Amino acid sequence: MADLYTQLMRMPVTSTVGKRIGLPQPVELDRGSSAVGGRVLLGGAGRLAEAAARVLAELRADSATALDDPVRELAARAGLDAAVFNPAAPADHRFKALVFDATGISTSAELVELQRFFHPTVGRLQRSGRVVVLGGERRALEGFTRSLGKELGPRGVTVNLVHVEEGAEERIGATLKFLLTPRSAYVSGQVIRVGTNKHKPVAGRTALVTGGSRGIGAAIADVLEREGAHVVRLDLADAELELDITTPDAPERLAERFADGLDILVHNAGVTKDRTLAKMPEDRWQSLMEVNLLAPERITEALVPVLRDEGRIVCVSSLSAIAGNAGQTNYATSKAGLLDLVTDIELDRGITINAVAPGFIETKMTAAMPVGVREVGRRLNSLRQGGLPVDVAETVAWLAGSGVDRNVVRVCGQSLLGA
Amino acid sequence: MNTRRVAIVGGNRIPFARANGPYAHASDQDMLTATLDGLVERFGLEGERVDEVVAGAVLKHARDRDLTREAVLGSKLAPETAAYDIQQACGTGLETVIAVANKIALGQIDVGIAGGVDTASDAPIAVNEDLRQVLLDLNRAKSLPSRARTLTRLRPGQVVPEIPRNSEPRTGLSMGEHTAVMARDWGVTREEQDELAAASHQKLAAAYDRGFFGDLLTPYLGLERDQNLRPDSSVEKLAKLKPVFGGEDGTMTAGNSTPLSDGASAVLLASEAWAAARGLPVLAYFVDAQTAAVDHVHKGEGLLMAPAYAMPRMLGRNDLAFDDFDLFEIHEAFAAQVAATRRAWRDPVFARERLGLDAPLGEIPDDRLNVNGGSLAAGHPFAATGGRIVAALAKALNEKGSGRGVISICAAGGQGVVAILEK
Repeated sequence: MADLYTQLMRMPVTSTVGKRIGLPQPVELDRGSSAVGGRVLLGGAGRLAEAAARVLAELRADSATALDDPVRELAARAGLDAAVFNPAAPADHRFKALVFDATGISTSAELVELQRFFHPTVGRLQRSGRVVVLGGERRALEGFTRSLGKELGPRGVTVNLVHVEEGAEERIGATLKFLLTPRSAYVSGQVIRVGTNKHKPVAGRTALVTGGSRGIGAAIADVLEREGAHVVRLDLADAELELDITTPDAPERLAERFADGLDILVHNAGVTKDRTLAKMPEDRWQSLMEVNLLAPERITEALVPVLRDEGRIVCVSSLSAIAGNAGQTNYATSKAGLLDLVTDIELDRGITINAVAPGFIETKMTAAMPVGVREVGRRLNSLRQGGLPVDVAETVAWLAGSGVDRNVVRVCGQSLLGA
Repeated sequence: MNTRRVAIVGGNRIPFARANGPYAHASDQDMLTATLDGLVERFGLEGERVDEVVAGAVLKHARDRDLTREAVLGSKLAPETAAYDIQQACGTGLETVIAVANKIALGQIDVGIAGGVDTASDAPIAVNEDLRQVLLDLNRAKSLPSRARTLTRLRPGQVVPEIPRNSEPRTGLSMGEHTAVMARDWGVTREEQDELAAASHQKLAAAYDRGFFGDLLTPYLGLERDQNLRPDSSVEKLAKLKPVFGGEDGTMTAGNSTPLSDGASAVLLASEAWAAARGLPVLAYFVDAQTAAVDHVHKGEGLLMAPAYAMPRMLGRNDLAFDDFDLFEIHEAFAAQVAATRRAWRDPVFARERLGLDAPLGEIPDDRLNVNGGSLAAGHPFAATGGRIVAALAKALNEKGSGRGVISICAAGGQGVVAILEK
């Protein structure tokens, strides 16, 4: 479902005119597959390359490395049947993904390894390709990946950085698979931190999705079901569980409903009540706050005791929470408040909490925007297009499975807004 | 089982010519006979009965059913010398050495000659396949009407003959095209191919200049050195050639691929006792050999990568590593083939995924590789290459006084042969 502008840019005459006058040419992003869909080049030889090679082997990804590169020894140990890549030899090598282990970089002088690996290879990336840099908290890498994301985004390529804690090398699987496959279509320019929590597959687990009968919530429920979860959709109407989450007894009723245990809790329900602050009466502020922040806080408190070990909490925040948005002081405050929850709540038993922050997602909410604002909103990101509800849903599903904890992941196509 | 050491006493070959050059009108049998006679003269075997002569050719006429026996009958060896042919594409020459060596080792024979010959000039051209079927049916037809009916199947197009092609029957790709795929798969550059080719010419020229081939070669039809040799070859000159395989951005040229060639070679092998009784030297001993094959048809393996598999099997059996070898003779069918094979041997992924080894065999030092030149310079008459290499390696080991050498030869059909010599 491409938007009108994107459709125009794919039609012969309009696309020629568009190219001539320098309009952005959004590419169609790959979606819906759990396979990489092309060859993966692995480089860099730090503490993560072997684990990354093992993930590629599990994915049965068509892989390659340079021949006389220490990474090849690691690939061999990981049982990865990697082809040989030599940038100096003519060959029609094209790559769907580039994975670079930057943990071998121990001094600033060695940052040149980034240039050495990516310079001869970025031009060989296919449309809707992937770049994943694996790092160990070296800040310099963030400047690199964020800039590269902006360079490659117009071709539909996403660029993400994964910082992996010492000792968590073997925990990168779920995250790397997500970032390499079309499931992460609209996630770019992100910094993800992987700790030592284990991946716990979604299949067979019970999930509660608030606001689950429409829009992004419905997409989240659909994707979790596709992954084999038993999903309970909560909404005001048209849902298996019809409930107003702001009612005082809602937390208690939910705790009873899930007395036998719950595995995945997705706080998706939310409303907007836009008004500039000067025109914002308290009830308008507070009624939004009830739905978007206070109810999720209360429900979390009530449901954590029934969450099973290795339970997962995922909050749907918003790019507005990070970047701010005129007319949305109430909304942004509530959605940023969810990020406080992610940071502050005390959890144990392997339970994790994370948030996604969607950018411009094509929903009824955005369809109602004025045309000009909507068009600008759509294009103000590296991928030059809006995301789809399923992009948010795939990201939630990844966070609901992987052991990633206390992360805020933007699903915004690397929006120009915000940090 | 008790086996005997097998001595390589010496060798002989005629200089290799480019196809349609000086040997254009020499047949396989002519060249093999001349080569045998050169060997006979060198080692005083005139009129002697040698236990067995084993040789072969890749491009063979139908009339050359027993090519080797006919060459023996035409040579100065005693006519009571038994002979037989074997054939394994470019592995033929080395396979004949293995066949003779094994019989000596087992005590079945005391002395034998191994050899090979090929001509790309005097190639066998056959009757058109359709015509052949008609003629055979005509022969089978018993009555006049059925003969007449058969004759009605004759068509003008059937005059076009069957010409042997240098392509793989099951893929339709020429050997060069197959090798271009290997070059691409292994990331082989044009520069390194040209460097290998230039080095091959320079090393072969140097070997001639210091008289290395004096007792390995008999001039033939006016040729005293390999016709393909260009002593002044250089990377710069080779860089000017246009690619012939692998498309426009291909890396393989006429300079870093072997040319079609004509020539023959022979090696004299014997038990130590036989050599000692004759007062003949032992240049080196034949130690072991191994063949391998790859599935280039269905599994996407490189057509000429079989030696990469044969080598570790042979080294493992002999508990040897690359470090144990002083000299490496890798047949330079194409520079890219040598480069790809060396890459495979130093690649940890190939070692693990294809060879089932924990570690790769390792790197072959440039200064131990094809030290007296290779096929890129000498030319490559298919079945004659094995004998050229065995004789030259044995002599090089003898010059060193002691040491170990290994031979690797790739062959059409996805096959390969490797062997160990030592002094």
